[in-house]
Amino acid sequence: MNDMCHPPGLAPESFAAQDYKSGTKPIWCPGCGDYTVLNSITKALALVQRPPHQVAVVSGIGCSSRIPAYTSCYGFHGVHGRSLAAATGLKVARPDLTVVVASGDGDGYSIGGNHFLHACRRNVDLTYIVMDNHVYGMTKGQPSPTTEPDWDSKLSPGGTGVRSFHPLVIALASGANFVARAFSGDQNTTAEIIAEGIRHPGFSFIEILSPCVTFRPEQREWRNLVHPASVEPTDDAARAARRIMTDDGFNIGVLYAGQRAPYGGGPGAAVRTVEELASEFAL
Amino acid sequence: MDASFTTEQRACPAAAGPARAMPDSVSVAIAGSGGSGVMTAGSWLLDAAARAGLYGLMVRTSGPQIRGGEAAALLRIGGAQCESLDDAFDVLLAIDWQNVHRFADEIPLRPGGLLVCDADGGEVPEVFRASGARVIALPLKKMIKAIKGSWVNMPALGIAGTLAGLPLSALEDAVRHGWSRGDEALEASLRALREGVAAIAADAPPARAPGTVGQRRWLLSGNEAAGYGALRGGVRFVAAYPITPATEMLEWMAPALSQAGGCLLQAEDELASINMIIGASFGGVPSLTATAGPGLALMTEGIGLAVAAEVPIVVVDVMRGGPSTGIPAKSEQSDLSFAVGGLHGDAPRLVLAPTSISDCIATTQWAVELAEALQAPAIVLSDQFMGQSRAVVCAPELPAPSARREVASAGTEAYKRYRDTPSGVSPMAIPGTPGTTYTADGLEHGENAVPSSQAGDHRLQLDKRLRKLEQHAYGSRWADVEGDAPLAVITFGSSTGPVREAVQRAAQHGVQARVIALRLLAPLQPEAVAQALAGVERVLVVEQNHGAQLLRYLRGAIDLPGRPAGFHRPGPLPLRPADLCAALLEWAAAEEQTA
Amino acid sequence: MSTVAARVEPGSVAELMAQAHAFELEAVERYTELADVMETHNNREVAALFRSLAAQEAAHARGLLARMGWTQAPAVARSPDMPPAPALEQAHYLMHPWHALQIALDAEQLAFAFFGGIVQRCGSDPLGEAAREMQEEEGEHVALLQGWLQRVPQPPADWADDPDPPRYND
Repeated sequence: MNDMCHPPGLAPESFAAQDYKSGTKPIWCPGCGDYTVLNSITKALALVQRPPHQVAVVSGIGCSSRIPAYTSCYGFHGVHGRSLAAATGLKVARPDLTVVVASGDGDGYSIGGNHFLHACRRNVDLTYIVMDNHVYGMTKGQPSPTTEPDWDSKLSPGGTGVRSFHPLVIALASGANFVARAFSGDQNTTAEIIAEGIRHPGFSFIEILSPCVTFRPEQREWRNLVHPASVEPTDDAARAARRIMTDDGFNIGVLYAGQRAPYGGGPGAAVRTVEELASEFAL
Repeated sequence: MDASFTTEQRACPAAAGPARAMPDSVSVAIAGSGGSGVMTAGSWLLDAAARAGLYGLMVRTSGPQIRGGEAAALLRIGGAQCESLDDAFDVLLAIDWQNVHRFADEIPLRPGGLLVCDADGGEVPEVFRASGARVIALPLKKMIKAIKGSWVNMPALGIAGTLAGLPLSALEDAVRHGWSRGDEALEASLRALREGVAAIAADAPPARAPGTVGQRRWLLSGNEAAGYGALRGGVRFVAAYPITPATEMLEWMAPALSQAGGCLLQAEDELASINMIIGASFGGVPSLTATAGPGLALMTEGIGLAVAAEVPIVVVDVMRGGPSTGIPAKSEQSDLSFAVGGLHGDAPRLVLAPTSISDCIATTQWAVELAEALQAPAIVLSDQFMGQSRAVVCAPELPAPSARREVASAGTEAYKRYRDTPSGVSPMAIPGTPGTTYTADGLEHGENAVPSSQAGDHRLQLDKRLRKLEQHAYGSRWADVEGDAPLAVITFGSSTGPVREAVQRAAQHGVQARVIALRLLAPLQPEAVAQALAGVERVLVVEQNHGAQLLRYLRGAIDLPGRPAGFHRPGPLPLRPADLCAALLEWAAAEEQTA
Repeated sequence: MSTVAARVEPGSVAELMAQAHAFELEAVERYTELADVMETHNNREVAALFRSLAAQEAAHARGLLARMGWTQAPAVARSPDMPPAPALEQAHYLMHPWHALQIALDAEQLAFAFFGGIVQRCGSDPLGEAAREMQEEEGEHVALLQGWLQRVPQPPADWADDPDPPRYND
């Protein structure tokens, strides 16, 4: 239910997680981790208490990118790999909005890889959630950048043989101000991590391991492999870098919550009229 | 097969051309290699012309080197606004001869013209000698050796300015105004300037009378003009990725936007910049980016997204030699087919083209207004010639800003973002507005924005997106229609200037022609075009590209009378009025015989 | 944030009941989600079963409120040893009622263990007594579900087979 149910001017005093859901039934396969990620996101928004109409969820193409329509927030379902670009334009032009970006590992790390690097550098205040299932789900199961090199598929029989991408390393090295990993199977912890990411200024990157039951049924095992990180988050990038070097890919928690100032280049107050700007041309 | 007129480059046969009609002007070229300050001299010369109450146009050309390469400033100065280079140059001032022969095609000399060069600069290259121009050799380098702290472009400026009929006071003012080094160097340079003036005194023409007294004039480039037009249209967010020859537009806009309360964001590539402006526009802020052909190619997927999701954006394409990397620093009008047709799916969009440097302001402003009103992407086809040339123009009469996006009000009952309406435009909810949340989508959708693969939804949305563009009342600005005759010349963009001049000259030879300079290239309005062609028996389509893109586009979209002919010549050389006039006369005569 | 949060032992009967109420509501939410996703995937039988499970949990929740004389349960912090909601990720579009009941059984067993833990730690004090009562109730639910499981047919070995491959959409 969205806040349409309240008479205008009489917004609810507080928003429950359900208020952030549109009621549209997702088409994800039953058992998909993205269902609980949706719950985590809506729970996180309820923790942060931003009215749904002041939140925008921006996505690309893929199963996880379907998520905006399942929320009661403003949504933007763009083209493959460009969610960070659209979100950056939106947030810089409209700093008053809370902007959450949702992607999958294919959309976010392959075609979207370049924008990922620069979004981390730019450190615009966004929260970037990547639902990583180590596969291109929507197009029938091809290896993605985070797939293991030896995973067999029709597109790459015998495996790609290419070292998999380590998104947390890239995010940290490129300057993201908040770097975390969550697991879809633990809805509440994930919700808390997302809420923290939203609250944390600058670019918050949260990789959520979200099993694909259709193409990677073995990922049901992930719930036995994930474990809470054994150390507290750090604000020291070098320390975080040392930790990430021994990361087994299943550490859950916030790795790094830094102090970098977020991107400061948004619109300011007008100091001249447009006509005045033409005075430099006048003879 | 179209009747097309010569597409190969030819050395300008100015001697054989018809007598020159208006505007009365002088064309001066200053050339030299790196370090000689040719570009600076050219800028000051144009500035001096402006100060002398005249109009002018300056085109710059150079070798591929970043610095130190051969360069030339090509100017046309006169008592009325110049929208085209002339057929040939009256004066070529070559500070040195290093690789200047590479510009021979661009600097055709009039047989009665003057070639001024350094007495110690070596032989005049054959290609310039062959023009028959009179050679005046002056001791340029010796002049500045005698004046410590001066630069060789200073006597050159004095010489060129004098030969252009500019008073010394105007030249001195231009130098003073543009000076950025110390006072001592300024004084030395002014002395060198006067030395140059004195050296050419014997050949100095009478000073030019200033243009219409009291007329307000501006000095700007097409890129700056487009940037200003965008701001007038209401753009307050720009995402920028540098590319020749569009970069200066973005660089001009960066501080201007900031002062106007907007902002510019440098993107990592064109894929980012197009999506950034879509995101910002989705957020309610009129947005724009500028690029050239290769960048436009990268942006097409994004432009399609803007079509499908009905998000207003403006993309300025400053066209250059194509295809692929092509000729980055030279002008061409070869992105037309791509702009009007280059999206996958049935994807109607707006395409506009300014007709001159000055028109870049109003047309870019209009593009923003149309994009906002119709919630669609607009491509503005500028080009390198307009974008990077500077001109003294009449201060333009500009329409008041009138951009208005139809937005949904808070709490709209059962809001449907893509509701079918008679105009095809449905109110757009802006994020932050309660009660109207929706998800914008590149997927086909129903009226309620929910993705849909249903036939009825697809048909309805396709009809809506086409209807909103086709049924809009664009008014009379869609084209400039000048003159009344059974022959009509249709053109667009920077070809308009040389076409207008050619038509004026043809009139002196008894051939009347109507000129239709298109400003709105897409959608084409059959009724408006038919009206503009009322009484026209034959049409000649003039454009600067190899593939007769405008001719083919028009023939596919509307009915043209008779057997349409085309004059299509690719870059890098500009279209010359004499060539166009000769073609016009030939065409008029040929068709008469077969009639 | 990254370390395991400390256990928050309910400090009173009221707190315990509030926690119990909270995870009853979570169960309602979760069974409803499961019902919705089954319906979207044209598995109506299991959808109907999840809806009835949701209704039962809702009834339990109402009963809890009535017992405590509450119109609304007080807000309560989520303790990590509170039983998790029924496992959404165990769903499958071809699942049988037997599978659905397994999911419910797992959830009830975890709830049973949760109360059992408090009973062990709190013995005969009011908190322990309340926990014992709740544990008994959960025991009844467990038995009920085990009974149902006996009566529904066991799924055949090839229950997850689908001759059609997955289709892609975007």
